[in-house]
Formats: sequence, C-alpha cells, structure tokens
Amino acid sequence: MEKLRRTMLFMPGNNPGMLQDAAILGADSIILDLEDAVSLTEKDSARILVREAIKTIDYSQVEVVVRINPLDTEFGPQDVEVIARVKPDTLLIPKADEEEIRLVDKLLDNIEREEGYAAGSIKIIALIETALGLENVYNVIQASKRMVGVLLGGEDLTADLGIERTKEGEEIFYARNKVATVCRALKVDAIDTPFTDTNDYEGLEKDTAKAKGLGLTGKSAINPRQLDTIHSVFAPTEAELKHALRILDAMEEAEKEGKGCFSLDGKMIDAPVINRATCTVDQCIRLGLISGEGGAR
Amino acid sequence: MKSILGREIPDDIEGYGRVTPFQGAVADVGIKTRTAVKVTSVNPNHQKLLPNLEEALDKLNITDGMTISFHHHLRNGDFVLNKVLEGLAARGVKDLTVAASSIFPIHAPLVEHIENGVVTGIVSNYISGPVAQAISKGKLKKPAIMQTHGGRARAIESGDLHIDVAFIAAPTADTYGNINGVCGKAACGSLGYAVADAEYADRTIAITDHLVPYPAYPIEISQVFIDYVVQIDSIGDPKGIVSGTTKITKDPVALIIAKRAAEVIKASGLVQEGMSFQTGAGGTSLAVAAELKKIMQQEGVRGSFASGGITGYLVEMLEEGLFRALFDVQCFDLKAIESYRDNPTHQFMSASMYGNPHTKGAVVNNLDIMILGATEIDTEFNVNVTTGSDGVIMGGSGGHSDTAAGSKLSIVVTNLMKARLPIIKDKVMTITTPGESIDVVVTERGIAVNPRRADLLEKLKMTRLPLMTIHELKQLAEKITGVPKAIETSEKIVAVVEYRDGRVIDVVRKVE
Repeated sequence: MEKLRRTMLFMPGNNPGMLQDAAILGADSIILDLEDAVSLTEKDSARILVREAIKTIDYSQVEVVVRINPLDTEFGPQDVEVIARVKPDTLLIPKADEEEIRLVDKLLDNIEREEGYAAGSIKIIALIETALGLENVYNVIQASKRMVGVLLGGEDLTADLGIERTKEGEEIFYARNKVATVCRALKVDAIDTPFTDTNDYEGLEKDTAKAKGLGLTGKSAINPRQLDTIHSVFAPTEAELKHALRILDAMEEAEKEGKGCFSLDGKMIDAPVINRATCTVDQCIRLGLISGEGGAR
Repeated sequence: MKSILGREIPDDIEGYGRVTPFQGAVADVGIKTRTAVKVTSVNPNHQKLLPNLEEALDKLNITDGMTISFHHHLRNGDFVLNKVLEGLAARGVKDLTVAASSIFPIHAPLVEHIENGVVTGIVSNYISGPVAQAISKGKLKKPAIMQTHGGRARAIESGDLHIDVAFIAAPTADTYGNINGVCGKAACGSLGYAVADAEYADRTIAITDHLVPYPAYPIEISQVFIDYVVQIDSIGDPKGIVSGTTKITKDPVALIIAKRAAEVIKASGLVQEGMSFQTGAGGTSLAVAAELKKIMQQEGVRGSFASGGITGYLVEMLEEGLFRALFDVQCFDLKAIESYRDNPTHQFMSASMYGNPHTKGAVVNNLDIMILGATEIDTEFNVNVTTGSDGVIMGGSGGHSDTAAGSKLSIVVTNLMKARLPIIKDKVMTITTPGESIDVVVTERGIAVNPRRADLLEKLKMTRLPLMTIHELKQLAEKITGVPKAIETSEKIVAVVEYRDGRVIDVVRKVE
C-alpha cells in the first residue's frame, strides 16, 4: 500500500543537523530543499550534502523528496544528475511546466538505466507556482508517468498573479479548487501550500481544514511543530471512522442477503457513499488506527 | 574492592577515609540515629544583629579545619559564599571545608582559595564551572564529596557532615533571625535546602540585604535556629537567581522526546486520579509536563501533587486544577516565587522532607512519575550526570538519585546523540544513579525499557511506541556517531560520589 502524504516537511538542504533528524520528526514526506532555502553560493555544497545524507542516513520511515532548482538555471540539471544517482523517492520540480517535466523524465530514464534502477522508480511531484502552470496543471501531470502529486506554491503563485497573499487565503481559493479537482481526476495527490506563520496553530488548523474541505489530500509544512496540527485535521475523526465501518458492515450484510441496494439509519446507501467509507477505512488502516483484518472492526 | 556495580573503589581513600560501598538503592533502611545539636542558648536581652560582615566574621572566630556551609538558592547570582570566603582568607584561615548544597560558575573565586589552601575540602550536590574544573584537575587537597539533595540532609542530620558554621543567605530576615525567601530584591522563594544547615550547625548566621523589623513574615526558617543576623549591601544578583519565565523548548527533537515520554506515562497506567509528578526545569523535561498536561486534560484526571524545583509551568498546572498541591524545595522562576508566597496549596518542603532516605518517609517515596535527564547512560541503565564527555565534573546528582529511587516510574529523557557523541555507553564514566532505579530511557529514535520492569515492557508493547533494547539503541547511535575513544584518567581520586544513604557509589578520577 502506498504511503500517505498528509504532510510534506521542507528541510533546508544545507543544514547537516536538520538532515540528520529529518526522518524522525513525524512527517510523512520530507522535502530536502536545494532551491529557495539555499543561497547561490551554497548550491554545490548543499547538493553534495543532500547526496551524502541520502546515502548515509536511514530515511526508510519517510518519503524522501528533493526539491531541485529550476531546470532553466545552471543548477537544476546538475541537481538531477547528482541526486537521482542516490535514488531519492521523489523529485519536486519547481515552477513546473510540461516541457520541464518531460526533460526531467528523460534525464531520470537515463540515470535509472545507467544505475540499474527499475525504470520509473524515481517519482516526480510538480510544484505549481505560476499562473501558466496552474492553468496547464492537467497537462503537467500527464507529462510523465512518474507523477505522483502536485504541490501548490501559494507564495510564488500570488506573486506571479500580482495579488496579495493573506492568512485567510481567499486569493488562492481558485488555485486550490483547480489543483484538487485535476489531481482527483488524474488520481495523484494534491498537496496544499505551507502556512507561513509558524506560531499560529489556530490559523494553521483553519487553513488546513479549508484545504481539506476543498479536496486537497495533504499539506506542506515549513516547521516540524506544524505537523501534529495538520495530521489531526487530515485524520478521520472517530465518528467518521465508526460511521464508515457501519456502512461497510451493512454492505456486507446486504451482499449476503443478495440485496442490490440497502439503507442505514433510514438513509439510502449508494456507490459514492460506499466509496467514501472505503476511503476513510483505508486511510485509518494506513495510519495504523485500525488493523487491516476484518476482525479488528 | 569491586562494588556491586562493577566499579573499582579503594577500601580507603586518602582525605576521605574508610569507604562503605554502595549496596543497592534500598539496602540501608532501619533504625537510624540523628546527631545531637550544640545550641548556644541566650538571655532575654540578647542582641543577634551584628553591625557588618567583618565584625560578624570576627565574632564567629572561624579557625583552621572548620566546615562552613551555604545553600544554593541564589544559584548563579549568589554573592554570599564569595564574600564570606574572601573575609576568611583575609583573616588567614586555612584548611576549610566548604559544604555548599551546590556550586556555580559565579563561585569562581573559590578556585584561588583552593589553590592557596584556604579551602581544602568541598561537599556539594552539584558543581559546575571553574570550581568543578579545578577539582577535576586535582587542585583540591581532599577529594570533593558529591552528595544528593536528600543525601546531604541525611548526612547533616546523622552527623556524617558536621557543620561548624552555617552562613544562610536570607532574602529577608528580621533582627532576631526569622527568615524568608519570598520578599526582598534577592527573593528566591522556597529555602528548602537551607533547613538542615540551620537546624544542625553549631552556629548559624543569617546574611541579608533586606532587614525588616521583628517579626518577619512569613517565616520559613525560625529564630530558634539562628545565632546572628548581619546586613550587607547585596546578597545576590536577581538575574542569576531566577529566570523571568521558564519557557518550553521549541526544539522539534526535544518535543518529540517529550511527546514519547508522555505516551510512555499514559501507557504505564499511572495517569489516574491522584497521580503525582516531578520534572526538571530543562527544555525537554518541561516539554514533558506540557505533553502530560494535554493527556491529563483529555482523560479528565486531577493529580495529587507535583514536586521538586518548581517552575511557572507547574504553577499553571496547579492553578488549572491539574494538581491539588505543589511541594516546593526551590523556585526556578518569578511566577513560582509569587505562587509560593500567595497560594497555600503551593507548599514548602525541606531537602530532608524531599529526599532524605533516613526519615520516616520522604516526598520522593510518594512520587508516581519522575522525569530525569542524563549525560550518559550505560547498558545497565546506570546514569551519569556528574561528569561530562571530557571526564570533567559538570554537575552532580542534585535530586536525581533521590527521585529515581523513590518514584514508581522514572523516565530518562535525552537525545540519543548530543553534538557528535552517542549518549548510551557500555559503561558510564561516573555512576550517579544506579540502573536499578531507572525504568525507561526515551530518545527521539527509540525507547528502551529496563529489563527489570517486565511489567512496564508488556504495557508498552500494546502501543505503537518504537521499543528496542538498550543495546539496540546504543547500536543505533553508534551507527551514526561511531564509538568514541574512552577518556583517560589517572589513578588520583578527585571526588567521591556518595549515594543518598552515604555509601560510595563511584569515584571521579583526575583527568589527564
């Protein structure tokens, strides 16, 4: 079963102490950042440090994602060349458009062949942070079979749109909708932009709930202290889980009795409701909240 | 001889005497005798107030070889120890033993007195800074004696540690020797560590910078124990005495450790009505309190007491009804002092009541949960908080061994690696607290339960906590750090580590 991406935690790629502890902070995915967190003078040393970290440190409990520099800079292609050879789980491609994704895909094909890695084993997440990228997100996702998700970059996107970024986030309402809908359509994860006030947990909770409510499946974080709040928003509540389990039990019962459709508490249960219940239970199993065996219900 | 913990300890130590080795955490209970106290009684017209410190020192007539004592409630802001030693050195007194409940970097001038032979012995529960370094270099003539907070009270009460003169820094004193720590510009709150000194020393003098008309109120240490009172300009720097507020760490790794520790507590089944709890003021320890608070609130549990050095955070928990009372031996911040002064459920305890094993029952015996730190832990769960990674003295038990022995669940919280070094060793450099009183070690990468606590291990197996053996935890750290070379020491013993019952648990040797 594929691991969840409720949280993707950005970690600067130039800080050895943080790289050492990155895996134990509780995030589902860690994004080792070679782009914005690293100044121009440290691009090469951070790249080497991240490469060595992936080679040396036990990251088996998390998804290791490396945010490379844009491919139209001198650093981007070198990042792919060096980092892909130590086989991170995923590359995060900034300011992604179709052409960039195809280029990375091809570079990865070659490296995987040369290194003897299974073809397509290194995945890609597209960072959507321009108006063009947003409008073209369907094609961006389709540009590579490696694509497992989209991360919405609210700060750069609003800058590109020439609008103010606010805590309330109304200005990215459309972007969130668009990303969530397209990702759902193409069955990849939709990861929300980070909440930048690291001391405002109430604001973070509201912002995360807003994103979840629009259909985003996870959220990026810029501080480990944000993880618990995000996880709690994305975790199904006990009531949701109980209800989902009751639906599935009722469904089994109906199947035994050969009933095509059935009702629970006087409400008609149809395919979308069953799908939703299955998703909830599935997520709880992945989170270890319940065991996967039927008996544990 | 080899102790039961496998330590090589001589039968006799020069400058210390005959050694009774550690024989187990609860090996020494039964009928105990307290020493008789010499009291200089006074006539009704007797005046205790002396004009200044100089005349006080003359009057006390301190002679070569005496033992003088100090409490450490003024911590790294204390002026009293330095002023007294300066005066005695000027009088040409030699060969003194300084029994200070703790010694801090501010006491650096003591090093010169050690070098000049003014001070040849030190008895303390915690020593950090230049004095600790001087001792480790072998400058002190006799080995320093490192005790525990409860052990020091025991030693004084039993007569093992005889105090000729106790100098009691008093944030507030009246002219007849009633003292409190809650008023005055050097207010420090509870004076729990000064009680045994006041009660058992041959002579006592209160040194204050806030002299009030008789009677002072409240009274923490009463006139019946005080021979003299003297006023000086300043007994301490408030900045070094307490912090304004004690804050919970924001370090993500420390917060993970704290959360895990709280989950261990929850799984142990001890989060229940009437539970009791103690933790330190350090970043991770305090974060455990914050995590435990969440659990107590979720479960709707009200505890009986929290104890120890008290921080504002524990005061908040008291005020929010999470504990019925606090036992306070020492206040760590202004909020704690204020609460101790104003709230009757925030109660005083002396060091003896806190942790003395030879009383009819210390507070530590009623502790359910104790959160402890560690500089090193070995695979037998022995803990070192006495010497640092360089082998030099940098602390001491304080209440570590007392609370570990008394509590139902003692949890060591620590990073698995500190800077470049692994924390878990085959053998700790110095045993401060025996492994038999440590139940579980919680790190950011894994949790190890002492095999002696099979019951606890069974309970923790029901959780999703990352359990491993202490050996696995050690290997995990060494995979990252490698195995550091052991520190080389000479044969010369520079400090004797006494367990709380006075038996010798280890020695500290001079670092090469």
